[in-house]
Amino acid sequence: MPTTLTEPLAPSREADLVAERSAARRRVGFGVATALLGLVAMLAFGIGSESGLDAVFVLSRSSDAVQIPDVTVPARATGLVLGVVVAALGALLVTGVVRRRTFLVFGVGLALFVVALLAWAARGDDISIIGLLDGTLFRATPLALGAFAGLLCERAGVVNIAIEGMLLAGAFVAALTASAAGTPWVGLVCGMAAGVLLGAFLGVMAITYRVDQIIGGTVINIFSLGLTSYLGTQVLARYTDLNDPGAFRAFGIPGLERLPLVGPLLFHNTIYVFLVFVLTAALWWGLFRTRWGLRVRSVGEHPRAADTVGIDVLRTRYRSVMLGGAVAGLGGTWFTLDATGGFNENMTAGKGFIALAALIFGRWHPVGALVAALVFAFSEELQTRLALLDTPIPSDFLLMTPYVVTIVVVAGVVGRSRAPAADGQPYVVE
Amino acid sequence: MTTATEQPPAAPPPAGGDGGDAGAGTGGGRGRAVVARLADLGNALVIPVLALVTALVVGGLVMVFTDPETLDEWGSFLSDPLGALEASWDLVSESYEALWRSSVGTPRGIGRTLVEATPLALAGLSVAFAFRAGLFNIGAAGQLIIGATCAGWVGFTWDLPAPIHLPLAVVAGFLGGAAWGGIAGVLKARTGAHEVITTIMLNYISYRLLDYALRSDAFQPPGRDDLISKPVRESARLPEVSLGEVTVHAGVFVALAAAVAVWWLLERTTTGFRLRAVGANPDAARYAGMSVPAMYALAMVVAGGLAGLAGTSNILGRPSFSLTGGYYSFIGFDAIAVALLGRANPAGVLVSAFLFGALRSGSTGMQAATSTPVDIIVVIQALIILFVAAPALVRSIYRIKAGRGTAQTFTASWGS
Amino acid sequence: MKVELRGITKRFPGVVACKGVDLTVESGEVHALLGENGAGKSTLMNILFGLYRADEGEVCLDGEPFDCRSPAQAIAAGIGMVHQHFMLVPVFTVAENVMLGVEPTGPLGRLDRVEARRRVEELSDRYGLAVDPDAVIEDLPVGVQQRVEILKALYRDARCLILDEPTAVLTPHEIDELMAIIRQLADGGRSVIFISHKLREALGIADRITVLRGGEVVGHTTPAETDEQALAAMMVGRDVQLVVDKAPARPGEPVLEVDGLVVSDDRGHRAVDGVSLTVRAGEILAIAGVQGNGQSELVEAICGLRPVDAGAVRLDGRDVTGHDPRAMFRAGLAHVPEDRQRDGLIGSLPVADNLVLNQLDRRPFSRRSVINRREVRRHAARLVEEFDVRTPSIDTPVGNLSGGNQQKVIIAREFFHADRLLVLSQPTRGLDVGSIQYIHRQIVAKRDEGVAVLLNSSELDEVLALADRIAVVYRGRVVGVLDREEANRERLGLLMAGAVEEAAAVEATGEEEVTVT
Repeated sequence: MPTTLTEPLAPSREADLVAERSAARRRVGFGVATALLGLVAMLAFGIGSESGLDAVFVLSRSSDAVQIPDVTVPARATGLVLGVVVAALGALLVTGVVRRRTFLVFGVGLALFVVALLAWAARGDDISIIGLLDGTLFRATPLALGAFAGLLCERAGVVNIAIEGMLLAGAFVAALTASAAGTPWVGLVCGMAAGVLLGAFLGVMAITYRVDQIIGGTVINIFSLGLTSYLGTQVLARYTDLNDPGAFRAFGIPGLERLPLVGPLLFHNTIYVFLVFVLTAALWWGLFRTRWGLRVRSVGEHPRAADTVGIDVLRTRYRSVMLGGAVAGLGGTWFTLDATGGFNENMTAGKGFIALAALIFGRWHPVGALVAALVFAFSEELQTRLALLDTPIPSDFLLMTPYVVTIVVVAGVVGRSRAPAADGQPYVVE
Repeated sequence: MTTATEQPPAAPPPAGGDGGDAGAGTGGGRGRAVVARLADLGNALVIPVLALVTALVVGGLVMVFTDPETLDEWGSFLSDPLGALEASWDLVSESYEALWRSSVGTPRGIGRTLVEATPLALAGLSVAFAFRAGLFNIGAAGQLIIGATCAGWVGFTWDLPAPIHLPLAVVAGFLGGAAWGGIAGVLKARTGAHEVITTIMLNYISYRLLDYALRSDAFQPPGRDDLISKPVRESARLPEVSLGEVTVHAGVFVALAAAVAVWWLLERTTTGFRLRAVGANPDAARYAGMSVPAMYALAMVVAGGLAGLAGTSNILGRPSFSLTGGYYSFIGFDAIAVALLGRANPAGVLVSAFLFGALRSGSTGMQAATSTPVDIIVVIQALIILFVAAPALVRSIYRIKAGRGTAQTFTASWGS
Repeated sequence: MKVELRGITKRFPGVVACKGVDLTVESGEVHALLGENGAGKSTLMNILFGLYRADEGEVCLDGEPFDCRSPAQAIAAGIGMVHQHFMLVPVFTVAENVMLGVEPTGPLGRLDRVEARRRVEELSDRYGLAVDPDAVIEDLPVGVQQRVEILKALYRDARCLILDEPTAVLTPHEIDELMAIIRQLADGGRSVIFISHKLREALGIADRITVLRGGEVVGHTTPAETDEQALAAMMVGRDVQLVVDKAPARPGEPVLEVDGLVVSDDRGHRAVDGVSLTVRAGEILAIAGVQGNGQSELVEAICGLRPVDAGAVRLDGRDVTGHDPRAMFRAGLAHVPEDRQRDGLIGSLPVADNLVLNQLDRRPFSRRSVINRREVRRHAARLVEEFDVRTPSIDTPVGNLSGGNQQKVIIAREFFHADRLLVLSQPTRGLDVGSIQYIHRQIVAKRDEGVAVLLNSSELDEVLALADRIAVVYRGRVVGVLDREEANRERLGLLMAGAVEEAAAVEATGEEEVTVT
């Protein structure tokens, strides 16, 4: 008797109708979306635009070591041409000429659409592309750090919806302690400590007492908002010198910062941007190449299995949640030690939740989370740039962009993104 | 062949296994059931009450450690320990006394508390309703704003006789909130997008929408350029009602009616049963032929509508009548606390809304009488929900043995 | 390794799971631990493995007292356990799963994957446990997953191996292979504890047998001294009759007709591949097969819980393909789902509500969507009485009942409205003998009322006891349909292992003869 059970049961056959059908639906959906973008670009940025105006894309700042000449394009023609190209990409998807990498094609279409949008918005004017990218990197910092915090918690099986509260606490504590000590470094460390504390607190609720993790996280958010607002009005408003932390200054990496374009963009920054890059690499290596990572992931995927091979599930989770808290606290210090130079009530304004969306969009992977954070940050930065230029879109609507993008991403991606299997489930040691 | 067995039909099958309480039969007396109910009620009350007490104590500590004068006293603790303790006690007791006096100590205070409690109760019902269907509605804030905007617009734009105008404005508020909540519900039903994220994002979008509306000619009174709307016409305002010396507006009765309606819907109709079933175990609900996505969408629509009513009662009732920028958002977050403290049950929501209303209405009096700022209320509320959400924490503080109560788990993960 | 348990007692709130249990396992011995569900076998082994702490008694390994507080300690002491539900991380590779917890590492805790892979290959060569170290667990069939579990124990150099109900998910052929592996391990000087409730397997492999009942040892014996009948009596505590009394079936008109059904599983793989079946009024058609061959998906598709890719389902001649579960109920279907706690009941709701879970929108339980509480309660009281559900009251949350009583709640609910077609999935899994007997009698009674019964069971004994006809599935296809008279254990075993794949997709109408070679 032949036993052929060693190969997978019911292997996916060539003509696996269902999978193909759903892939086709997805492809057509992306195709229609892309085609619509192209149409909008053609009509609004092309045909609907005034003729004869040029848009100038500025690629260097005067302070840069290597100057790259500005790129000047005719705005209307750019809109038309790119619109046609994007619409064509959409048509390729809808008709099925392109069948694979549909998301990539959609992404390219979206990027070209944005270029057309920029050309239209900057018609008869100039727009600093380097500034746009630099601003993106700047705004991506708290999102990426928040997403990393979520990554550390969720890979270990604890849903962390309290990133927002941890950011806020980090921001507050950093402002207070840095002002008191007179150096931002103290603020950085204390902000991280505040994050660790809240992480431990989330751990107590989620791991030890098995409170619903979403509720526990929301409690931390409300608690953090309430306490920082109260202390803000009670302490910082009264003693303003306690809300005057020095900011970190940007510095360059010798040699690398002199590279054209990428030099000033990537290698001349405050410590935060460098930390984001270092953390991305460290988390990737740590999670997927080390014993620590293997154990953390096993606890997030199948805690009982981890327990039966002698891994202390609860301790591993506590450590991850506290480490995540530290990273979120670090992200929080960015608000007061880099971004604004002082604490304001509820200054994180939902960034923690956008970071969470970036984590989901980035499929619980450090590199994915970074890319997602950059996408969100780009939409934010674009919105501020457009508000500066003369566009007929009301500023209130531009301000909604990051939130709308987040909803679209969460709605569009969540079904296809696979969370760690034990994410959100408390573990009961027997 | 062992598992397939037959035994003499006369012998009863052995009682299945481990249940320590099995075998009592079903004929338990009515009286015993009532006693058990009362005991359950007692159990249900222990945690919220202790949570409140603990929150007040910790809130008192926060007061002490953020009050400069009292801190000065503590600075000289070693030389004068009693002085420090006395100053602390005075500060805390005076603050809470003033809070009590100006919230429920006078008929006027009670009236103010009831009015403050009205939107909290409605928004709390919104969160509680969603809870029962297994959804966590953090979006009450946004739904409330959209509801208030719709009700307000109807209230100051149209000119109709009161018997038509007021109901129309209320319905508009409900529908506005329902539509806004429905977005999150439909997204959850269709794509599995987690309602926590979508509702929070919808909150931020609604703040921007409100700002936009308040800048537009349709809303802004002529000659003003700050973020405020025209006042609602007399014909659309909720009438004042006096019960003895206590004066409230009719919104209070809307809230009471809504609580009864929510209770009836959840406990006495098949739709409510389906909502609860989906909330408690979506898999079994699906196997029993219920449509889980439809229930998610419906739950968010109704929850949104209730939050919309909260905004409506606020804009059509005293003292506001005008929409202002960023004014309502706190209610949405207090609503979560109200729902948790009320254990997602309509009667409990009413009680905890009254409590939170009292905190809020008393806080201004407290700030006037003592130097304790209004914001301490936010800290106390945060502490309350902290302790309510973590019953085990309260139990361990007070060393109470765990009861039979089932843990509330609503959402496991991000999956669809 | 010689393992001794002396006077082990373990209490849980309200129950004593083990009462003064003594057990000695010599090295090189295969020791079968027999007992019903709930007899305390798993508790005992979890104590040995450090997952529970015994309240009384002591454990000795090779004569030395051993105080085990955690699985890590047990593993270090040389105890390995293959759990009934595999403890493998589905998204990890074989090598990652095997090394988890004892990873070879380089500097900075870097995983040494080369070394891990080398050791896995070495072990699988030595014991003939063929697996690919780089395969991802969730892509592997259960039989191979079990080998990974055994490898895990060997990788940690286990000298005493505990196998908890290891055969439940295996084909007869895979069981034979497993038995050979067990024998080889014992001959190499390891001790093996084989936990089972299947008498035949224990008799086949064990050197010695210990029987547990109600947390106590009721006897030690050897295969030579005993037989199935005696063991069964020991296990259950009274003489048991091994057959269900039932009259020959009197099948009527076809009720359920399934025609060329194709269904996908959750991951989009084809799980049911052109199945055709007919179930007639007054007969029990059993679907037999090793778990995971598409039975669950087939049943879900019939009940409207899973989309149908191709083919048709007809109920009483009416096409009901793609109907939602509610429409299926209305068309006359009753369904007892496989996972009773997840899919069959709402644990936090009272017994009364669970008894009308899918019937509440009918009269008299509600009118115009307003619930009639009194009718619901009266109905619940009646069913509780009739089906002998042991519950403190009908207001008790159903999650507080024992497994057997929970299943009775579902049986009561579904049997109440089963007037055309009754679909049962693993109706007695994990229940005690008393409940099993009761449920079996009820199923036969329903058949005798003229209801068509479709029984999905991976317990061969249950299939043989209840079925009038048996459809064997293998890899999503029906590989044979046998009348009860022509079926026996061996023949079914061959079919279940896919022995006649060429004869796949036979139309199971009952008139057709299927030859098995």
